[in-house]
Amino acid sequence: MCLGIPGEVIEFLPEQPDLARVDVSGVRRVINVGLLADEPPEPGEWVLIHVGFALSKIDEAEAAAAMDFLEGIGQAYEDELAALRDSQIE
Amino acid sequence: MRFVDEFRDADKAHALAARIAALCEPGRQYKLMEVCGGHTHTIYKHGLEDYLPESITLVHGPGCPVCVIPMGRVDDAMHLASRPDVIMTSFGDMMRVPGSNGSFFDAKARGTDIRMVYSPLDSLKLARANPDKRVVFMAIGFETTAPSTAMTLLRAKAEGLSNFSVFCNHVTIIPAIKAILDSPDLRLDGFIGPGHVSTVIGCRPYEFIAADHGKPVVVAGFEPLDILQSIYMLMQQLAEGRSEVENQYSRVVPWDGNLVALRAIGETMELRPYFEWRGLGFISHSALRVRESYADFDAELLFGVPGVRVADPKACQCGEVLKGVLKPWECKVFGTACTPETPIGTCMVSPEGACAAYYNYGRMTRQRVPQAIELSSRP
Repeated sequence: MCLGIPGEVIEFLPEQPDLARVDVSGVRRVINVGLLADEPPEPGEWVLIHVGFALSKIDEAEAAAAMDFLEGIGQAYEDELAALRDSQIE
Repeated sequence: MRFVDEFRDADKAHALAARIAALCEPGRQYKLMEVCGGHTHTIYKHGLEDYLPESITLVHGPGCPVCVIPMGRVDDAMHLASRPDVIMTSFGDMMRVPGSNGSFFDAKARGTDIRMVYSPLDSLKLARANPDKRVVFMAIGFETTAPSTAMTLLRAKAEGLSNFSVFCNHVTIIPAIKAILDSPDLRLDGFIGPGHVSTVIGCRPYEFIAADHGKPVVVAGFEPLDILQSIYMLMQQLAEGRSEVENQYSRVVPWDGNLVALRAIGETMELRPYFEWRGLGFISHSALRVRESYADFDAELLFGVPGVRVADPKACQCGEVLKGVLKPWECKVFGTACTPETPIGTCMVSPEGACAAYYNYGRMTRQRVPQAIELSSRP
C-alpha cells in the first residue's frame, strides 16, 4: 500500500482527463492523475503511483531505480502488482 | 529465511561508510530514528547497520500504517463488515491484521463479505455495480494514501453516489514524531524523514524538530545509498552543531509538497481531537476523520461503531517496538509464537513492520557483521 510503483504514461482517456493509461512492467492499467493537476504529465513521462493515484512525476532513471527497489522487496511487491492487475479504475 | 542482499554500488556504500565513521566523535553514542517502515525494510534487507560504526544505532519509528492501527479499530471495522447490507473493502495489507476475533481473512472465511482492493477507486466502482449494497472502504495510511481517499470522496460526492462510504483511519505523521520527542523513554539525535509522506506534506512540517528540539532531519529516498547518504548528512549536521531540515530525496520530494493533494485532504477531512495509536496510546490531533460536509460518506456516522478500546495481547510488545524502545528480537514472542505466518502483533504482519523486516532477513540478534569495522577503515 505504501509502495510507490513507477509507471509510464501512455495516453489520457478522451472523456476523462483526470484518468490516464499507464504501463507498469508491461501491465497496462488506468490510474488517476488528478493529484498532478498543477503540472500534468505528458505521454511518455513517468509517474510514481500510490493506490491508483499518480503522486509525483519522476524521470526515467528514478523509475528504473524505484523498480529495482520494488523487485528486491519480493512478495510485497508481487502482491501489490497483482492487486494493480485486478484493479479496474474508471 | 532470506539472507541480506549485496547491492549495486557497494564501493560507493563503503566510501560513505568511511566518511560516516570519520564524523563520529570518540565516546559519543548516536541514536538516529528512521520514521518510515519502508526505510526499515531497506535497512534490514541490505544489512545497512553493518556499514555503520557501533556507536550509531538506528531506531525504528512508528511509520508503518498497518502497525499503528489499534485492535479496537479492527473490531469496529469487523462490526461494520458484519452488517448483511455491507461490502467491506480494504487494502491487502489490512487483511491479516488481528482484531480480538481474528483478522479480515478469518472473517472472510466465515462468510463475511470483505474484499481486497488496490485503490479506493475500485471500491467506488464496486459501489456503482452493487446499488443494493452499501460499500464501505476501510481507509488506512499516513499522508501517502490520504489524498487518494480524499480524491475518491470528491468523486463520490460529484457523482452523487449514495451507497459508498469511508471508515476513516488515516493518521498523520507529525503528531507521532512529536509524541516520540516528548517521550522520556528515548533520546534521539536525529531523524531520517519519510520519503513518500513528504511527497505530500513537503519538508516544512519538520522544521519544529530542528528549530524547537534541536535535532536534524534529513528526508530520505528508499535505496540503500539514499539511506547511507542521509545518515552521512545527519552526522555532518551533528558534527557541525547544526540542526536543520534537509532533503536528500529532492529528485522526488518537492520542498512544499503536493498542494493539490493537501487541498483535497483539507476539503474532505479534518483532524480528530485525538486518536489511539497502537503502542503510543492516545495522541491529540493525530488522525483524520471525514469532514461534516461529507457526513453522507462517513461510515462511522452512518452505521455507528462500538468504539471499544481493546488491550493488545499481553505477550505482544509491538508498542515498545513502535516507540523504538525495544528491538524486535527483545520481544519474548518474536520468532517463536509470533511469526509472519501467525502474527500476534501488527509489527509482524506488514512487510514494513520492524519485526517482519528483522525476521525475514534473519536479524535475530543485534550482533553486527565484523566486516563493518574493516569497511569503515577503508579510504
